[in-house]
Formats: sequence, structure tokens, C-alpha cells
Amino acid sequence: MTNNSQHIVIIGGGPAGLEAASSLCTAGYRVTILEKEQQTGGKLRIWDKLFPEFRDSEGVLNLLSNGFKINPPKILTNTEVVSVIPENGKHRVNLSDGQVFQADTVLITTGFKLFNAEKKEEYGYQIYDNVITSFDLEKKFKTGHSIRTAAGLPPRRIAFIHCVGSRDIKSGNIYCSRTCCITGVKQAIGMKRTFPDAEIFNFYMDLRMFGQNFEELYIEAQQKWGVTFIRGRVSEIAENKDGSLQLKAEDTLSGRPLKMSFDLVVLLAGMVPEPRTGEIGKSAGLAFTSGNFLAGLDSHICQNETQTPGIFIAGTCREPLSVSETLTDARAATVKIISWLRKNELKSKN
Amino acid sequence: METEGKKRVWEYYQKEIADDHYFYVRSCIRQTFFPGSETTFLKILRDDLNKDVFEDARHTTCTGIGYHTDIVPLETTMTVIARHFALMTEAGYVNIIPSCVTSFGLYTEVLDTWKHFPEIEAKIRDYLWRATKREFKIPENLVHTSDIIYKFRNQIKNLSKVSLINKTTGLPLKIVEHIGCHYSKMFPQSGVGGAEFPAVLTGMIEAWGGSVIDYPERRHCCGFGFRQYLVKANRGYSVSNSKKKFESMQPYQPDFMVANCPGCSMFLDRWQYTIAELEGITYDQNGTGIPVLTYEEMAGLVMGYSPWDIGLQMHQVSVEPLLDKLGIEYNKEEKYLGSHGQNIGEPQKPMFLIV
Repeated sequence: MTNNSQHIVIIGGGPAGLEAASSLCTAGYRVTILEKEQQTGGKLRIWDKLFPEFRDSEGVLNLLSNGFKINPPKILTNTEVVSVIPENGKHRVNLSDGQVFQADTVLITTGFKLFNAEKKEEYGYQIYDNVITSFDLEKKFKTGHSIRTAAGLPPRRIAFIHCVGSRDIKSGNIYCSRTCCITGVKQAIGMKRTFPDAEIFNFYMDLRMFGQNFEELYIEAQQKWGVTFIRGRVSEIAENKDGSLQLKAEDTLSGRPLKMSFDLVVLLAGMVPEPRTGEIGKSAGLAFTSGNFLAGLDSHICQNETQTPGIFIAGTCREPLSVSETLTDARAATVKIISWLRKNELKSKN
Repeated sequence: METEGKKRVWEYYQKEIADDHYFYVRSCIRQTFFPGSETTFLKILRDDLNKDVFEDARHTTCTGIGYHTDIVPLETTMTVIARHFALMTEAGYVNIIPSCVTSFGLYTEVLDTWKHFPEIEAKIRDYLWRATKREFKIPENLVHTSDIIYKFRNQIKNLSKVSLINKTTGLPLKIVEHIGCHYSKMFPQSGVGGAEFPAVLTGMIEAWGGSVIDYPERRHCCGFGFRQYLVKANRGYSVSNSKKKFESMQPYQPDFMVANCPGCSMFLDRWQYTIAELEGITYDQNGTGIPVLTYEEMAGLVMGYSPWDIGLQMHQVSVEPLLDKLGIEYNKEEKYLGSHGQNIGEPQKPMFLIV
């Protein structure tokens, strides 16, 4: 039997937090979700379609938000956690407004932040009007705002640039953000659906189509939608007199430098850890990966456990993951949490 | 274009620029190409801004051109630069200001190398001692002389007699700014504003009333590229780089260009003559070419100095159309008079480029 007086605090009410809460509540535990934003749902709330099926993110979000039929969690929004202090086998969770929660276990699911594409100065994000990020584009898809160049015209030539802030020593991130490749394919198809006559180019260094049906979507982008993929990183973007963009790259397959003009450039910005994740992790004595994500105890067996007993991690706060991987990771974390709590219960009985 | 975005980049690339007491090291080639520039710099600093600037006649080349053409080994270059630091130390200065962008880039590279590999610094100290019996301290502040003019741009504005405004239209002049590659492309943190959107010349231009043209090939090298020019067979590469820039800036109809590097000022100016004579084209509307100034010359004009005293007669592309736009009065008869009033000789007229 579970002890429903045991209290689990989940920091972050995004997909990982909601999914983990659903399982833990069903198992009978007392769960509190602390969410810093006004609503739970994380970036799913902003995202329009999910790859590879172009599923509405809203549908997944609804399933997650309505998953609390029995023993619903306590959800506190607009709530910012500043530290987690291990104390006598329990955990003191301190909030920015001075409130304190005592928890038997803490699950950190603080998610990711989009890489600040301004740091890739050579691409001119926030300087050139027609340079946007994949995040900006997804918001436009979501809100149904018409996609236009700064001059108010439909874009006729669009470039997607992969690996912006990922696998890039210059920007300080050597890891792969994993989801940008398939996002680039998905958004290229999305643009082709919106602008059938537009020419669309994806500039990549290599495409990592690791997930189910990812490769199929990549082939579909080429065969059905006529999206062109050019293997080569973009060296710089500059603005032409008419506001269009001059892009320089190298086509590494043909071994030639390229100079092309585009009406719109979309930067596929990678994932970086939320800054507050670092603060919380440090206060709780957790370890970090080389990319400053939270590190699990073991990269094969104990990915969701940390070096501080009773503190668990799940989702994109520990590494870049897709939505489906995030949900799987959250479920894995709940198994570890339940095992840990049961083990402590049994210990105390003996 | 979002200027706020640029300002955020500029804020990130701020550097410390000493306020006074400079050990000045001249450029080898500027004294030949644009001899008035360094004189103007010293005059502005010493006479107008009352700054202490010291130079030592024993200062030599930094070997930059030899180093970048692979004929001088790095250890030799480092030892020569160490000697410059020794001259600075012996003179009691801690702030060193090279006039040449190649030297500035090389000094920066040497200091960075020593920071990461102290054993190399120790070796160079040993070489210097054995060769010259000199010792040196690492400079506390290394900046390029364009950084100094940037730092005092507002004081210069307060003393100025001329603004970078078209006297006839009342509109800001449209100015192409060009940064030497070795100013910040190797070490973006060492340049004001970084490498992608440098602010050092932009800051001067905007402070003095002009407007900056952001054209597509703004970041492109002028084409000097050391071996591209120094090996005669490669000079076509050098010209074609400049040509690429001229073609890119032409639609914006620039009133003039300004550069902070000896090579850039030279080639952006001289290659206009070469292209005009080879192809019969110029990139302005009147066939006279686009004037190219060094930043000291630009500052000198703003300060109201005589265009012939600051050496503008040494330019291939005539500066008179620019002087007319600025409303600067000049006597064409005095253009080729030397400092003692003697005629220094007039260059031959090109076939195509109007001078």
C-alpha cells in the first residue's frame, strides 16, 4: 500500500511535470506542482503542430491537463522556486515569495529555454527584420497570423538554417539539440503548404532523423513538397537594400561556395537549460552535464536519479528531448520515485 | 533593420580604453600611403585633447607583413614585439597604442598566446634578454588608435568645426565604414562592438553627424590579404575582393568610405583607379570614384584642419567632391605644395578615372 501522506513536489508544470504528476497521483501520492508561469503546459502551449504527424499540440496538452481523474495534484501557478535544500532525509523547497514546502521527494521538470539566436551575431537575429527563429514561426502558425516579410509580402524564397546554437563550439554548446532537424523538415513542409509556390531551402550539416517516421517525413519533404536540402553551414547573413537577405554558405557536397538571396530566414534555434534550473540544481547539490543540463546518477541505468537522494529529474531539464521522449522520460522517473519511496517505507517499518 | 539589436551587440563588446599616457607605435606602411594620418592623430591628441603621447624612434616594424606571408617565424615576431614592450617599459608607460591594425592584431595574438602558454612567454623573455639585454612588462592596456579616437569622439565633436552633413541638402552624409580584418575578426572581444557589427567607426560617424550604410558585403575583406597582394600573380584576387565590395555598396550611393586599417584604406582607394582603368567603370555617379578616408583624416576634417595639411592629396580618388559636400573651403592651387611651400609634383592623370 502506498502512503498517501508522502508529499512529492514537482518543479515545473510542462509536459514532463504533468505526465509524472498524473502517474504519481494515480498511485495515491500527495503531489504539488509548482509552475512559474500563469498556466501549466510549458512550451506545448505555444507550439502549433507536433512532428512527425502534424498533430495539434493542443490535443496532447488537453490529454495531459485532463489526466487527473483521481487524487488530483495541487497546482500552484505564478510560483517560482528559488532553492531546494535537502534536510533530515526530506527536502525544503523555498519559493521566491518566502513560502516553504516540505517534500519527501522532489522531481525537477523545469524544461528548456530556446537558445538566444542573437548570440549567433553573423545571422543578424533581432537586427535584420526578415530573420526569425523556428519558435517565432511556430507562434505565427499557432496564432494563425499571416506570415509575411517585413515589407508585408508573402515570402517567395525561404531558408531554414539548422544547428543554430547546437553542435557549435563558438556559441558554447557542443551538444545536439536533437529536435531541430525534424522541426526544420516539419516547418519547411508547413511553409510549403502555406506558400505552394515558394522555394524552400534547408541548410544543414547532417540530418539526424532518429525518431519513428522522421526519415519518412524527410523524404516526403523532398519528394512531395520539393524542399531543397543543402549540406553546408551558413557563414553569414546580410541585408540587401530591398530588405531581402543575402546568405553565404558552402555547399559541401558540390564543394562550392554559395551566395543566395532570401525573403525570409528561419533559424532553428536549439535548446539550452532554463537559467533557474542551474540555481535550483546548485542549491540541491546536483551535478551538471557539460552542456549545463542536470546530470543523472548514471547515463544508462539511473538517468532520472541524482546524486542527492530523493531528488529526481525528468524531461528537457536533463537533456534535449522531443515531446514523446519527454513523456516517456517522465513516466520512467515516476517508477524510480515510487521505488524510492516504497524502499524508504519498508526500511522504516523494519 | 533593428538598431536596438545592434546596440545590444555593441554593449556586449565593450573594452577598456586608457584615458591618457600612451606609448604610440607607428605603422610601417601608413607613413608611405597616408602620411598625414598619423600626424593628424598626434596633433588631435596632443594639441586639442591635451593628452600625453610618447613615441620612441627606436621602434621598428612588428614584422606583421613578414609573419603573415610566412617568411618570419613566430618566435622572431614575438621577440620583436617583446622589444617594443621593453621600449614602452623603459619609457615608463603601460598603455600601448599601435597605429596599424596588423600590428594591433599581432600584439593581441601574442599576448593571448602568452596568456595560454606562459612557457612561450618565458622563452621569448630569454631570447630578448640574450639578444638585447632588455626586459619588459606586459602592457596594462593595448588598444588600437581608432579605439582612442572612438573614446574621445564626443570631445572631438565638442571641438569640431565641420559636421558630416551635406551642406547643400542638410542631410547626413552616407558613409561606408570598413574595419580591418585583424582589428576584431580574430579576437572579437578586442574590438569595440565585436566582429560582426563593429562600432568603432560607426560610433565616430554617428557622433559627428553622418549616417552609416549597412550594405551586404560590409563584412567582406578589402582584398589586401597579404599574399593576395604581395604575390604579384595573386593580385587579381585582391582586386576582385574590393570589386565585390564596391558593387555591393554602389546602390546606396555612398559619399565616402572610412577605414581603420592601412591596407584597407590603401586598396579601397587604389583599386578604384585600377578597376576604372581596366574596365572603364567607377562606382559613383560622376566618374570620380568614392573617396576613401582614414579615421584620423575624417577626424581632421571634422576638426577643421586643412585637407592638404592632413595629406588628402595623397589619395588616388579625389577628395574634392567630398570637401564640396562638406562645405570645406580649400585652395586647389595648394594641393601639391609641400610644408615649405615648394611644389612636390603632380601625379599623372589616369585615363578613365576623373581626378
